[in-house]
Amino acid sequence: MQKTAFPLGATLRYLAIALYVLFALFPIYWLIKIAVTPDRLIYTEGTQIWPSTFTLDNFVSVLFLTDFLVYFKNSMIVSLGTAFFTTLVATAAGYAFSRFHFRGKAIIIALMLITQMFPLLMIIAPIYKIMAGLRLLDSLTGLIIVYTAFNVPFATFLMQGFFDGIPKDLEEAAMIDGCTRFTALRKVIFPLTLPGLAATLGFIFTAAWSELLFALMLINSDDKMTFPVGLKTFVSKFAVDWGQMMAAGTLALIPSCLFFILIQRFLVKGLTAGAVKG
Amino acid sequence: MTAITLNSINKRFGPVHVLKDISLEFNKGEFVVLVGPSGCGKSTLLRMIAGLEPVSAGDMIFGDTRVNDLEPRDRDIAMVFQSYALYPHMDVERNLGFSLELRKRAAAEKKERTSHAAGILGLDKLLDRFPRALSGGQRQRVAMGRAIVRDPQIFLFDEPLSNLDAALRIEMRIEIAKLHRRLGTTMVYVTHDQVEAMTLADRIVVMNAGQVEQVGTPLDLYSNPANLFVAGFLGSPKMNFVAYDDPALNLPSALTNPSAQTYGIRPEHIKVTAPDKNAHLVGTIDVVERLGSDTIFYINHGADKPFVVRVPGIDRTAIGEKIGCQFQPEDLHLFDQDGQAISEHKNG
Repeated sequence: MQKTAFPLGATLRYLAIALYVLFALFPIYWLIKIAVTPDRLIYTEGTQIWPSTFTLDNFVSVLFLTDFLVYFKNSMIVSLGTAFFTTLVATAAGYAFSRFHFRGKAIIIALMLITQMFPLLMIIAPIYKIMAGLRLLDSLTGLIIVYTAFNVPFATFLMQGFFDGIPKDLEEAAMIDGCTRFTALRKVIFPLTLPGLAATLGFIFTAAWSELLFALMLINSDDKMTFPVGLKTFVSKFAVDWGQMMAAGTLALIPSCLFFILIQRFLVKGLTAGAVKG
Repeated sequence: MTAITLNSINKRFGPVHVLKDISLEFNKGEFVVLVGPSGCGKSTLLRMIAGLEPVSAGDMIFGDTRVNDLEPRDRDIAMVFQSYALYPHMDVERNLGFSLELRKRAAAEKKERTSHAAGILGLDKLLDRFPRALSGGQRQRVAMGRAIVRDPQIFLFDEPLSNLDAALRIEMRIEIAKLHRRLGTTMVYVTHDQVEAMTLADRIVVMNAGQVEQVGTPLDLYSNPANLFVAGFLGSPKMNFVAYDDPALNLPSALTNPSAQTYGIRPEHIKVTAPDKNAHLVGTIDVVERLGSDTIFYINHGADKPFVVRVPGIDRTAIGEKIGCQFQPEDLHLFDQDGQAISEHKNG
């Protein structure tokens, strides 16, 4: 229908989008390409778009000859745990910031912002000390606590934004209809916040999944390593096993992708459409 | 019988004193309209009646029960919001029946009451639609239906028509009037639109700056405004105010009053005459609005604000012409230096 109207603008727009997508996806393509390239061809055919021979050997060795599955499991536990607890705390805090006026609100918000201003490197030593004192070094629980603490401020602001987007009238109508504040939250506000919850869960999951610094500092033993730390084991003193490393990286993409496929229907929908005047 | 009694109600938001000693009584089955300019506190008062805002001081009594500390859900009220506040994730039927669902009523009763309300408002065919698939007027009906289903003691309306276009607003205004006649429930209605106030209300409460200026029937307020504010707020076009010493004013001594600082006369109570010595006020036509049913003249008589005259039908008098105005003594409103109406004049 639009074709006759003015195709040039649309074409340019799609071209721009296509270029951007190409740019964004190229590293992932390269990751997969190296993963399926036989070791002996990695350097000789390094710059070719697709290797002359194709192999899944790297995947097989990563899955069965390395500790990859352990790292993977640990990362799963840490990321899911972090996403769950962060979202739980952030939802409650975001709701409070959005709906209630209380003494010290501005100070709490300012403090939460301040925590986001320090480079992680600056605070890694004190965190190490605290975790040591709590006997939480080299433990997945410790990692979940640290990740949750560091992600809560951002997630809270994110959730507050979503709550701010839901008209107060809806809760008030529900409270007049017979809800307590909590039932109004559960029956009216919560279903409308699903896109926000999904976005927050997705964001925090990905952040925890790819975090390296804390995991590197706080975890020592092989059986507690998360995936990003484990990836370093493919770098030995004398060589880097590129093929296996890329195969592991490819596999590590799967959970994030699955997670986003799962939540994307909540992300896309504008659930509040039609709530108030239109 | 009294449905709602407000006893010296005060509301403070921090240092801001929003409502000052409001004392009112609303009778059972009465349609009361709270009207006033933006920020006068009328919506806040309604929200306090609903239980959505705590009362800072004073007593709020429904029937014989003090409700200051009752939650909204325990007050047996229903409220129609300006924004409609429909639950976007529920279809029309569930929106209507949500209050019954919360009260765990039997499915059959829910069905019956929902379809009864839908019948009254012509929503029968829309029951499986979601709010996003409804037009503004339909959403407004659902919001009203949600209130009807409850069968509450008191209906509260917070500027329910202000988001609708002019034609729909008139249609819904008539629906609300019919609804009140049909249900006979006490209704409290907030608006800044004086036409809604005049047409719907049994009694109007005119509010300004957190205080009640005057309470009365629409025609009472129109004919006997207690002060300059009420006089200027109700009526369209607004009442003309002329200072007692305005040189353009030429009132016979029988019409004057020594304590009057301001004379008020409604545009529709003015007779256009020749600009001779019998005219009570003389000026030049600055602007003419011909509405078909009426003609409105904006007359420049040397003061800051034009003197507005409304005559019925089409009047061909042109811009720039000099005309005279005459008023009947009983149509003249006199106000003292505090802006209060001087009532002796009206009676004598």
